[in-house]
Amino acid sequence: MNHSTHFSLSRVAAMVLRYVYLLRRSWPRILELVYWPAMQMILWGLISQFFVQHSSWLAQASGVLLAAVMLWDVLFRGHLGVSLPFIEEMYARNLGHLFVSPLKVSEHITALLVISLMRTSIGLLAAALIAIALYTFNVFEMGLPLLAFFTQLIVMGWATGLGVVALILRYGLGAESLAWVLVFALAPLSAVYYPVDILPEMVQPIAAMIPASHAYEGMRTVMFEQLFRWDLFWKGAVLNILWLAIAIWLYLQAFARARQQGSLFQASE
Amino acid sequence: MTTHSSQYAIKVEQLLRTFDATRAVDKISFTVEPGSITALLGGNGAGKTTTLAVLLGLLIPDSGVIHILGVDMVHDRYQALPDMNFSSPYLDLPGRLTVEENLLVYGRLYSVTNLRQQIGQLSEQLDITQFLQRPYGSLSAGQKTRVSLAKSLINQPKVLLLDEPTASLDPDTGDRIRSHLEQYVKQTGATVLLASHNMPEVERLCDQVLLMRAGQIVDRGTPQQLLQQYGLETLEELFLELARGVH
Repeated sequence: MNHSTHFSLSRVAAMVLRYVYLLRRSWPRILELVYWPAMQMILWGLISQFFVQHSSWLAQASGVLLAAVMLWDVLFRGHLGVSLPFIEEMYARNLGHLFVSPLKVSEHITALLVISLMRTSIGLLAAALIAIALYTFNVFEMGLPLLAFFTQLIVMGWATGLGVVALILRYGLGAESLAWVLVFALAPLSAVYYPVDILPEMVQPIAAMIPASHAYEGMRTVMFEQLFRWDLFWKGAVLNILWLAIAIWLYLQAFARARQQGSLFQASE
Repeated sequence: MTTHSSQYAIKVEQLLRTFDATRAVDKISFTVEPGSITALLGGNGAGKTTTLAVLLGLLIPDSGVIHILGVDMVHDRYQALPDMNFSSPYLDLPGRLTVEENLLVYGRLYSVTNLRQQIGQLSEQLDITQFLQRPYGSLSAGQKTRVSLAKSLINQPKVLLLDEPTASLDPDTGDRIRSHLEQYVKQTGATVLLASHNMPEVERLCDQVLLMRAGQIVDRGTPQQLLQQYGLETLEELFLELARGVH
């Protein structure tokens, strides 16, 4: 017997295939991928149109709210893209089978991130097309900075998603609601729709520790001043690395504890 | 990496697993010969399922040594897992995926070559061809048991751990599954460790029986040896006497 114990891309692909099968089998799941981004886009597009006529600030960059909504959805979908497939696994009582197979924790995490990227990209594309069609706002005109903001925000979504997965592993499906509420708790501090300096002074240092706040500040700078702020980019990148490392550590701790307590075998609804 | 050649497919020494103050598995030791079928026999709470979960690495033992196929399972289980598999009524497969999709995913996780061919053969042998395209969640309990068994054989494991492998099966299907397991072991030389409440199944299939009570192995031997030793005619009687504390 001489099996490679290295990281296997084919096992990652197997898990991605498992989630693709799940999506393909369920039209509500496919609809859900584009429904909320589409609704958000329609709503905020109308709000933007109204404010452009009544706000000199917004008139300078009419698409800023739409871009903020789209990028918020990147964070939110990135987060859900990691946490929901894991919750599905628990409801299916399948975790035990997975973790007696050669699938490693690192491969499972990678698969969750890949499926999150796929789901988020589908949602963003739908929202972007609606913005072009209804409001003649093309977010892709932002160019490469858009890729930078997308990356920053999806990575933060992965970090919060893995954090929620760690909590669910630790506390069971009773913690499932955290998958939905945790990101929204961070929204006010992430300065999605307004500059960080609008926040009360005492919470601004907290906002500075959130990777998303730097991405949104950077986005507004690009849209209002046509300037890509590398300082904001690097601050966000360093924070994201830190957040993701902490989230992975939390996940590994929760996994080790689950093996200690036997909850991988019992985990279900 | 800790691997060494071993004359045993499974070797367990002084395995201890506690939950709070309860010793679910209480310093048990046993060996299983390659190519044999061994049963863990005991009532509810005897420690059978916990033993299987610890062997698979789903549970970490408090202490003790586990070697499967010569691999130290506490430290290097990923060396052995590709050659093992497991089926249990306490676990499920994703209900929204079809049976074939489930087998395709697990076949890829185990890096099975000629996967479609393997699925085709297993489907015929376990009589699941007719519902390959049906969602797993829509199957009856007995059909799920057969699919779970197919999943556990997808990689042609050298060591197969089964928890109540014929639970929920009608007598005819149960008999066919037992025949298939016998044939599989004969053809491949695989080793099977199973936990079962089905005494005729244990008598028919098993080369060795480990009698468990309160986390301990209280006796062991071939079914015939145990029946002679206790002066009983069936394992069913032995099971009842054991469960009621007669011995």
